[in-house]
Amino acid sequence: MKRVYVNEEWCLGCHLCEYNCAFANSGLSDMVKALKDKEIYPRIHVEEDNKIKYAVSCRHCDDPLCVKSCIAGAITKDENGTVKIDTDKCVHCYTCILVCPVGAVSHNENGAAMKCELCLENSCGSPACASGCPNKAIVYEERE
Amino acid sequence: MNRYVIIGGGVAAVGCIEGIRKADTEGSITLISGEKKTVYCRPLISYYLQGKTDFEKMKYRSDEFYEKNNCKLVYDTAVSIDKDAKTVTVSSGEKIPYDKLCVATGSSPFVPPFTGLDNVSAKFSFMTEDDAAEIEKAVDENSRVLIVGAGLIGLKCAEGLCGRVKSITVCDLAERVLSSILDEPCAKLMQNVLEENGISFMLGDSAEKFDADKAYMKSGAVVDFDVLILAVGVRANVSLVKEIGGETERGIIIDEKMKTSVEDIYAVGDCSQGVNALTGQKNVLALLPNAVMQGETAGQNMAGADTVFDKGVPMNAIGFFGYHALTAGIYEGEMTEEKTDDSVKRLFVKDNRLVGFMLLGDIERAGIYTSLIREKTPLDTIDAEAIKISPSLLPFSLKYRKIKLGGSKS
Repeated sequence: MKRVYVNEEWCLGCHLCEYNCAFANSGLSDMVKALKDKEIYPRIHVEEDNKIKYAVSCRHCDDPLCVKSCIAGAITKDENGTVKIDTDKCVHCYTCILVCPVGAVSHNENGAAMKCELCLENSCGSPACASGCPNKAIVYEERE
Repeated sequence: MNRYVIIGGGVAAVGCIEGIRKADTEGSITLISGEKKTVYCRPLISYYLQGKTDFEKMKYRSDEFYEKNNCKLVYDTAVSIDKDAKTVTVSSGEKIPYDKLCVATGSSPFVPPFTGLDNVSAKFSFMTEDDAAEIEKAVDENSRVLIVGAGLIGLKCAEGLCGRVKSITVCDLAERVLSSILDEPCAKLMQNVLEENGISFMLGDSAEKFDADKAYMKSGAVVDFDVLILAVGVRANVSLVKEIGGETERGIIIDEKMKTSVEDIYAVGDCSQGVNALTGQKNVLALLPNAVMQGETAGQNMAGADTVFDKGVPMNAIGFFGYHALTAGIYEGEMTEEKTDDSVKRLFVKDNRLVGFMLLGDIERAGIYTSLIREKTPLDTIDAEAIKISPSLLPFSLKYRKIKLGGSKS
């Protein structure tokens, strides 16, 4: 399946992916209205130290621990391989945060578990982190 | 064509059905469930009492799940197994033949023989949807609730009832709350959160004797109550296998393929006792994720595959009133601690491995720690000091990140 992949050596550490993600999932059409003076809840995050920078988001694992561990049956892998969270079923127990091996699950402003769903159901249609990355450090492609 | 039979209708059984269908789309599956309803999320019953979910949303799989997987539902209680004739007898008298059998009978509330308990009419366990519905009917804003047991079940019940009743008192013979997963300082922190929300505790003390609406405590105290909830603990339902000579201890003993000591019989979920990957000993690890993964493993093996589940470790995610504790592993070896005003992190390192942790308050990216435990990653292969400070992928090698994030195969 097409996934979001990271080319670590090209990451500038600009955090644009985080802003593009939060905007894409805000449901708003104006980036300023969506983000200005607000605490943002992106589904991708940049990890960095003095030398290394890269972005982390859901891997849509072939055998996802979060799906098997969810006590609410709220996380599923659909026929295309996309791992999705039904925030309406989620009870905010954070078992998914306990088991995700790359630390890609966090929570939204209401406390529901949240992670990358590849922008397939918001207005972007494909991952905003990748399309907005200025140095192609994040790409959305098939690599298998 | 193989005939598969599963006893028990919980999430372990769902794992088993899905496992069977990965390997065999043809064989017949019969599921025997004593609880006359399709599978639901038992750990969510406290959220039901809180009004955060409902029985419809609590369904673990869609109503079409069984039909889609060509699985026949028998709402009845299994009363015995005949291992020679290879049949399961249900209470109606029907004998259901199997080629491969999976026992996923779960556990039952353990009720100690308290003197006078028969005098109490408003007494409940807290395990099933029916329990939750009955408790909901029994309480009102004037109810004084006494919960016996300050473990996961008792405390989630307390949280669920908070705001719906006049008072909640929780007692436990243990000196601290959540004694199976938290040590003394962490338990104290969680107890404070619960107390701030109006829940009272009587720890190191337990009921000895009951009248209809009074509990006489070991300490001599007397607690008046209207509704009594018994959450002392659970016992694995092992009898079906024990009666036919299968090996059982606290649970039904299984190997890494989920096989019991009886030919063609597997056991999974809360009734089973399988290997704890950290100690090598066999424990009852009554946790939903383990149940699902054990079920899936058993199902695949029943259908002819050869697969193991050898990553069972204790782990828990539990929160009260928005304050969360994530824990995993065992608390042995060298402990390092980091604390802020509202968070605690305790990590346990033994023989160059992370073997356990408790995170309270700040729980972000905890799964990276869990993964170190499950995968038994040698800490000298990563930047161990950096990962103790903050869980991220930075302390790992570039090669590891390329595999995890870059799609690299090796």
